This record gives sequence, C-alpha cells and structure tokens, in this order.
Amino acid sequence: MKILVTAKRVEDPESKIKVKADGSGIVQEGLKYKMNPFDEIAVEEGLRLTAKHGGEVVVVSIGPKDVQEQLRHALAMGAARAVWVNHPGPLDPMGAAGLLQKVVEKEKPDLCILGKQSIDDDQGQTGQYLAEWLGWSQGTFASKLDSLESEAEKAKAPAIELSADGKTLQVVREVDSGLATLACSLPAVVTTDLRLNQPRYASLPGIMKAKNKPIEELTPAGLGVDVGLQVEVLRMSPPPPRKAGVKVGDVQELFQKLKNEAKVL
Amino acid sequence: MSTHFTEEHQAFRRTLRAYVEKELAPHALEWDRAGIFPREVFRQCGALGFLGINHDPAWGGSGLDYWYVTAFCEELARSHNAGVNMALLVQSQIATPIIGEIGTDEQKAEFLAPALKGEKIAALAISEPGGGSDVAGIKTTARRVGGDFVLNGSKMWITNGTRADFLTCAVRTGGEGYPGISLLTVPTDIKGYGVSKKLDKIGNLASDTAILYFEDAKVPVRYLLGEENQGFAHIMSNFQGERLVAAIGTVAGMDLMVQEALAWGRERKAFGRPILGFQVWRHKFVEHLAAIEAARQLTYHAVDLFERKEYPVREISMAKLFAGDLAQRVAYDCQQFLGGMGYIDETHIARAWRDVRLVTIGGGTSEVMKEIISKLEGF
Ligand SMILES: Cc1cc2nc3c(=O)[nH]c(=O)nc-3n(C[C@H](O)[C@H](O)[C@H](O)COP(=O)(O)OP(=O)(O)OC[C@H]3O[C@@H](n4cnc5c(N)ncnc54)[C@H](O)[C@@H]3O)c2cc1C
Repeated sequence: MKILVTAKRVEDPESKIKVKADGSGIVQEGLKYKMNPFDEIAVEEGLRLTAKHGGEVVVVSIGPKDVQEQLRHALAMGAARAVWVNHPGPLDPMGAAGLLQKVVEKEKPDLCILGKQSIDDDQGQTGQYLAEWLGWSQGTFASKLDSLESEAEKAKAPAIELSADGKTLQVVREVDSGLATLACSLPAVVTTDLRLNQPRYASLPGIMKAKNKPIEELTPAGLGVDVGLQVEVLRMSPPPPRKAGVKVGDVQELFQKLKNEAKVL
Repeated sequence: MSTHFTEEHQAFRRTLRAYVEKELAPHALEWDRAGIFPREVFRQCGALGFLGINHDPAWGGSGLDYWYVTAFCEELARSHNAGVNMALLVQSQIATPIIGEIGTDEQKAEFLAPALKGEKIAALAISEPGGGSDVAGIKTTARRVGGDFVLNGSKMWITNGTRADFLTCAVRTGGEGYPGISLLTVPTDIKGYGVSKKLDKIGNLASDTAILYFEDAKVPVRYLLGEENQGFAHIMSNFQGERLVAAIGTVAGMDLMVQEALAWGRERKAFGRPILGFQVWRHKFVEHLAAIEAARQLTYHAVDLFERKEYPVREISMAKLFAGDLAQRVAYDCQQFLGGMGYIDETHIARAWRDVRLVTIGGGTSEVMKEIISKLEGF
C-alpha cells in the first residue's frame, strides 16, 4: 500500500502569537513552528497501515525551505521519503489542493491521509477539494471506536481498516451526534481527527536515519499549477482583550448576577 | 545556542522535550510521593534511543557525540523530577559506559544491550556504609574460589538499588588500598545477594536508593570487568562521565529555576508592585544569570574536551564543583523569592531546592572535587 501524507508547518500554539500593528499578518520574530498536529496523526496512521499491510509512506509539504524541518520530522517518525513543493508565498486551500492533486497524479498512491484542518487558519477544506478534484472517495474527520487508552492503541494498531480484498477502507468518522462508519473504495482521501491515534515520538535512531532519506523538490510552475489566491486575507486583527472579571462575595450574589445580569439562569 | 549543536541535535532536542514534557513532567509530584516511578519509563526511553546515545551501535547504541548526551541531560531537567533523571542517567551514562569500554562481548550482550533497551535496570555499586569518598578503602571482598568469585560485604546509597537487574560493582580482590580493587558485573538474581533496605531520603524521592548486601554470593570469574586488581583506575575514569552529566543537568536545572522565579516575580505583587520590580531582587537574579552562564560555558568547555577524548579531569571536576555550589545559592534565592510557595512541594522550586542538595554530595563531594583539583594543580 502506498500512502501519501501531508505535513504542514504551522505556528506552535505554545508560542505567543501577536498580530502586526498594520494588520497585514502575524509577527514572525520569536515564533516557534511545528508540524500541524492533525498531520502528525496522519503520518502516524500511515505508518501503522504500512506496518500492517506493507508498502511505504511518502510525506509532502508545501512552503518555503523551512518546511524541510517538518518533512525531516515525518521521516524520523518513519516515512520513507519526502516531497517538498517549494512555494514561499501565501496559499489558500484550493491552491494547496491543486498542488497536492498534481503530486498525487505523479506519485499514484492508493491512499492520501491529511489532517482534517491545520491549526494555523483552521479552514478544513483541502482534503475535500483534493478528493473531489481527483474523483476519489473521501472519509473526513477519521476517528476510532477504541479509546486512546485501549489495548489496540497501545499495540499501535491502525484505526482505519482495510478489507480482505484490499479494495475498500472502513473509516470511523466523528459526526455531531457521535461516530459514523463509512466504507470508502480505494483510492481514497482520508482526513484525520484528534482521537484517531497518539502519534509516536521520533526516536534518536529515526532522526539519524532521516538525515539520509531523500527530499524531492518540486515547484508550482513545474507541476503546472496556478496558485493565485482565490481567497485573500485582507486584514488581521486580534480579538478584543478580555474584560476583567468581577469578584462575588458569596453564592447568593453569584446566583443573582447569573440570573439578573448575565440572564443565563 | 552553542555552535556545538547541529540541526540533528536540535531535532533530537525537540523529541526529548516533547517526551519529557508529556510523559514525565505531569507525573513529577505523583512519582515523588510514591517514592518510585514506573519501570516502563526505562523501556520507553530505551525504545526512543535515549539510553544508548553515545554507546556502541553493535550493542544497541547510536554511536553519537557527547553533545547529544548534553541535549539529553539538559532536556531531562524539564521533567522537574531529579529522581527520575538520576535513575535514567545511572542507567545510561553512569553504570554502563564502563561495560562498553572494557567489558567482554559476553558481558555486553548480557548486561549492556538489555540496559540500553531499558529492559534490564542497571546500578553502580561503589559506595559502602564505611565511606563513599575514600573509594580506595572499600571493604566488600570477592575471593576467588574455583571458577567463581565469592562476595561478602555491603553497598550503601545505591541508586536504582531496589530493582536493579545487575550491578557494576567495586570489590576488593587483592590487598589494601587502590591496587586491590576490581570491578565485576553482578546479576542480582544470585543466591546470597539482597536489598537490606530502601533508604528514606530528603530529596530525589522518585529514585530508589538502597543498601545492598552480599553473603557468600557467587558470580563466575567471567564477570570480572577489565583486569583483576585494576578496577580503581577504571572507577576514577568512569566518575568523569558521572560528574559531567551532573554538571550539565545542574546548569539546566538552575536555568529553569531562575526562569520560573522571574515569571513568578512579574505576577506576584507586594506593596503595590510586582516583586521583580524591587531592585534588590533584579540585581540578585542578574548575578545568578551571569554565574549560570559562566557555569554553562565551563561545562561546555569540559564537554568539548571530553568529546575530544582529552580526559579533562580538571575541567570536569571544576564544572561539577562550580555548578553544584552555585546551585545551592540559586535554589536558596529562588525559593526565598517565592516566599511561602517556595516551601510547598507542589512548586517546582521547592522540590528543586530540596533535590539540589545532592549535587555537592553524590558522585564525589565538593570537597573531593577540591582535593582532585588541588592535586592536579600541584599543591
Ligand atoms: C541520593 C544518593 C544517591 C547515591 N547513589 C550512589 C550510587 O548509585 N552508587 C554509589 O556507589 N554511590 C552512590 N551514592 C553515594 C555517594 O557517592 C556518596 O555519598 C559520596 O561519595 C560521599 O560519600 P560519603 O557519604 O561516605 O561521605 P564521606 O566520604 O563519609 O564524607 C563525609 C564528609 O567528609 C568530607 N570529606 C571526605 N574526605 C575529605 C577530604 N579529603 N577533605 C575534606 N573533606 C573530606 C566529605 O566531603 C563530606 O563532606 C549516592 C548518594 C546519595 C545521597
């Protein structure tokens, strides 16, 4: 089974994010970056699937040279090789899906696993566009029935199940009312939710091996994709600062305030 | 960041930090209160390659340079549990390197390889009830009887002692003084060996420290580590790695203490202003930051020489002495700065203040460091 997974470089939510004074973006200095956590789950699921069914995981990232750090991380986790689409400029979900579509046509994987969204701008569209444009089946918000404390999780079993004939996937999805189980015919696009698995740490031997794994460089022009923005960010502004709270003397007063002022009771 | 750290060192540091912050730090207080931590932690660290960093790849190590070990010690400090850190360092950098250096292939296969995987727990057994500083005076004997050594005596303050699967053990095989000392690898499932007591300590609580005994305990002669009666020099050289990891970890620990104290001092108010606004404290912390930086550079200098196999006893002894003594003052001031909270064991600084006392005692006391340095300086 050949699996293509994505690894987007995003701002580490633990660093302090500040909007630039002119609203043109966020302040880059002093920021830390990491792999989008949903993509880390995608890499993990890909590795578990190939550990069980054979094959290889190819990881792809779009962005400036710095995204090689996230590619190396995925390689250290165990991906076989990496594809870097060199594109330093801004990108919207349609641009990303367009580039991924071309990479998929080149790599011909049986399955693509993406994060359901990236935690920088949280748009959650790329996987769906990609499946639509490829004409592939899709299973979004992949989760699992077992808990993250279960024996299956400890044994690092994949949550996405492959049918005996190798032609369909069973994907458990998170939906508003609970979990829904889908059968998707391959090839397919799956996007990961938070409770799909607990991604592994990159081991030291893994990090050293990653050093010598290949990263292939591609460009939007080379792939023949126009990444002109369909959606443009005009301005950013920070949310209004939270107002100071009030101290209440006792439960009685709290109750009164909730009832009469906040009107939530 | 020092130029000694390449992109791979930094990638390793990121993995370490993620592991330490997610798997160790959240349990720091719980494991201290339990007086032990799960054996599973050794296995996890083994599987991630944390225990074999600079060991021979033939036995499961990664064969990497000492700056990876440095990153390991530094990131461990974020566990806020000096006991767990000490246990892991004994396992990987204190009880086992000597087996890699002078052990037979049989010893490496039986003890080193499973220790680096985290499957067998290792302990270094040198100190005795009669004394730790005067290593040449140890009394535990190993008599040759046929194809065996027969051990009698006792070991004291042994880290990982209650659950060690084997010991790297100093014994007396010859006459008095240092020429009569040998090293043995001793599996702990032998008759005549036992744990007399788990010691109750004031700090490093999650680490088990024990008194061990040997009563006609037999090990085959093939467990001799290196040559007979040549153990003393090996012990002294093994101490270098132990003291170096202690110095590195202590510097990283001081850094964290000061950063946490500063964060506290920006928020905590007294007499209408943040307590960090009082010049007396700002100046004190600046002095500490300068001294910590000096300690780090001395330690890095020692690491650099050690990495180049220059056997820098002088620099390593100085680094441990300097960092260990400084840490007492830094911990005292950080604790004082926290006021009452500095006395509550839920705060990192309260526990660090308590744990840091060990640095000037374990692995050779500050006085012993001074004796070594004065001898090397020729006075
Ligand atoms: C938590 C903990 C864990 C430990 N883990 C281990 C372990 O895993 N393995 C192991 O073998 N040991 C271990 N030790 C023992 C440790 O190495 C010894 O405690 C240490 O070397 C000091 O020895 P001692 O306690 O016998 O003190 P002593 O040697 O009795 O010294 C007492 C005092 O006299 C001073 N002194 C001694 N000689 C001189 C001198 N020449 N000049 C001036 N002053 C001097 C010392 O500095 C000290 O202040 C551990 C100890 C502790 C507390």
